[in-house]
Amino acid sequence: MNNIPEIEIRNLSVTFNMYDRGLRQKNIKVISNLCLKAEKGEVLAVVGSSGSGKSLLAHAIMGILPKNAVVTGSMKYKGLDITEKRIKDIRGKEICLIPQSVSYLDPLMKVGNQVMIKNNKSCFEKMRKAFRRYDLCENSEKLYPFQYSGGMARRALISTAEQTEPSVIIADEPTPGLDRKMAYRTLKYFRDFADRGKAVIMITHDIDIAVEYADKISVFYGGTTLETTRAENFIKGEKYLYHPYTKALYNALPQNGFKAVKGFQPSPYEVSEGCIYFDRCDKRQEKCRGNIPVSVFDNGSCFVRCIYGHSV
Amino acid sequence: MGIQCKNITFGYSKDNILFENISFSVDYGERVGIVAKSGFGKSTLAKIIAGYEKPIYGEITVDGKPVSKKGYNPIQLIYQHPEKAINPMWRMEKVLLEGNVLNDYIIENLGIKREWLKRYSTELSGGELQRFSVARALCENTKFIIADEITTMLDAVTQSQIWHFLISECEKRNIGMIIVTHNMYLAEKICTRIINLEDMTFE
Amino acid sequence: MNRRRKTIFLICFTILIIFAVFVGGAIIPETALKADFAVKNTAPSLNHIFGTDWMGRDMFLRTIKGMSTSIMIGMASSIISVIIAVLLGTLAGTLSKYTDNVVCWLIDFVMGIPHIVLLMLISFALGRGFKGVFIGIAITHWTSLARIVRGEVIQIKNEQYIKISRKMGKSSFYIMKNHIIPFVFPQAIVGGILLFPHAILHEASITFLGFGLSPESPAIGIILSESMKYILTGYWWLAFFPGLMLVIIVILFDILGENIKSLIDPYTSQE
Repeated sequence: MNNIPEIEIRNLSVTFNMYDRGLRQKNIKVISNLCLKAEKGEVLAVVGSSGSGKSLLAHAIMGILPKNAVVTGSMKYKGLDITEKRIKDIRGKEICLIPQSVSYLDPLMKVGNQVMIKNNKSCFEKMRKAFRRYDLCENSEKLYPFQYSGGMARRALISTAEQTEPSVIIADEPTPGLDRKMAYRTLKYFRDFADRGKAVIMITHDIDIAVEYADKISVFYGGTTLETTRAENFIKGEKYLYHPYTKALYNALPQNGFKAVKGFQPSPYEVSEGCIYFDRCDKRQEKCRGNIPVSVFDNGSCFVRCIYGHSV
Repeated sequence: MGIQCKNITFGYSKDNILFENISFSVDYGERVGIVAKSGFGKSTLAKIIAGYEKPIYGEITVDGKPVSKKGYNPIQLIYQHPEKAINPMWRMEKVLLEGNVLNDYIIENLGIKREWLKRYSTELSGGELQRFSVARALCENTKFIIADEITTMLDAVTQSQIWHFLISECEKRNIGMIIVTHNMYLAEKICTRIINLEDMTFE
Repeated sequence: MNRRRKTIFLICFTILIIFAVFVGGAIIPETALKADFAVKNTAPSLNHIFGTDWMGRDMFLRTIKGMSTSIMIGMASSIISVIIAVLLGTLAGTLSKYTDNVVCWLIDFVMGIPHIVLLMLISFALGRGFKGVFIGIAITHWTSLARIVRGEVIQIKNEQYIKISRKMGKSSFYIMKNHIIPFVFPQAIVGGILLFPHAILHEASITFLGFGLSPESPAIGIILSESMKYILTGYWWLAFFPGLMLVIIVILFDILGENIKSLIDPYTSQE
């Protein structure tokens, strides 16, 4: 691959310095050794269950984690490191985050004014165009966030991404609360955006949507990405998926057998060495307790973190 | 007999009606899937049946009698977001105690780890918390369970684990279920009958 | 040393000082405050670090004794205020609309009358002295705290877990005891500590104005009002040191309250 990915994340770890009962502090590793690559012209879906730390990934890229978080590893935008200073210049302009909930809107400002970047005519036109596209009427420009329903707020948040022409959109759970038509319109917008040579990172819990609209799927589990694979592999079948968890995920879908594997996602409170899926894996070996190699396939665009690599 | 919903109409005011004349019944041991497009008011309907909201017209009866407002409601609702449904200041064992289900059978079969019982809800993930929400609804007085998108936010493996337990438990105790979901694959897999509300509104 | 340790250290330190003043004042015997006209009106020195008054009494001992009385009145009346506030706030938030209206009316009523006037009236009606001041402060300071508690209760009442609790057949009493009070209580305690400085200042001011404690009791308000007579004659220490002590104690309570608040508040507790 000669072209540089828009966003490349290697071995990202996010640790929170939290207080235990009383005065001792302990470190809780919420994201560990996460790798991710968002390439031009592609929609990458990061799929994982809620409360597992996916949103923190987006916040880490945007540099908006709380004060007690420590970030290690490398994050690159267009081949250059994302530093604290650089992200301040490019966030909102070149990298756009569509946040998850209504609480990200300023409660004391009319929504229309929040969505506009500058208070001038062309920004106003853009705002109105985006609002119209998401069925937000002219009246709703003048409402305050508390007067919005969950779905309306989501649509307003999505329309913020249309105000600039960024190179990367990071969408954190963009679809819940939207009806099918709106969800489709949103995903279509992401698709078109990617087709213009831009990159989209879509963080979602909904694997069906990811399979349908994304080019690649990154499987997020226990604070890390276990496998990145082409979305069509989830349709083709189990044997195109390499990581044992990805296979289990595939088999657990209601349309593919609804099989349950015992066990739980490890929580960040349980510190473990080696493979994060060790306890539940039926193919585990002693060496899984050690360092797990990353094996790359599909011209370097996909990978799996498992000792079995991408041989079946 | 089971649950009977008769002509349920709901709206935030008389001019702003969300849905009208919804009628259906759910028998013991049945698993009825409720399907409608998003924004129809499925969650609101779930809340009405479980007694959290009052309809403008219509009534809900269990075994022919209206549900008493006081005392244990035989129809228990499980919400989509367990983190909101559990008091963040409580240890998890107190949550189970409140539902009178702090027993080995539930803990073992739902796959709840003993050490979770001493934790607070902020220290557990969505999937772990949802197990507690499900457990809490399974008091012996429960006759019906309404599951409002309870596994939507979870990964497929956890979803499958929770449903396998819930289905076997409800079958064993002859509990009737109303399942609200937007996932057609899931509905077809777990429901004994599916109702599409959109077909029903204009009768 | 992490932030939480610093905070707790600061809290312990302020409690220690306040406690020392309180106990110190309580164990000073009356005999130590006897008049001794041989040393009247002496400026601060090593023997009398705050100087002496026109009767030759040691101002340091008088100030500590006065502060001790103030702290006691402040403590008792803020405890009573917290109890009234939590009780009324919770009742207003949980019971019927009617109870809520009555409580809100009561809050507005008490709040509507200027504080110091109401205090004077109550204190005067109860025959002044310790009893008058104490009851006066206790029943005028709960209003703002009760309003905060009511707001919190109304907000938490709509939480899903409380609605679920109701559907599990739990009584209002169970919900109040297990869900609402544990949530409201820590905030009420902080509110109570922050009430302390108010209570002390009000005690001092109505005593200063002559509606509070009797002139022979060692109170900061009495000391300050007496000192006014002498301030023009150049006995500055009579007002300066007691006033400074009052300000320091008030600030200490404020630090205490703010630090406990920062520990309880989830937004700042992890820093």
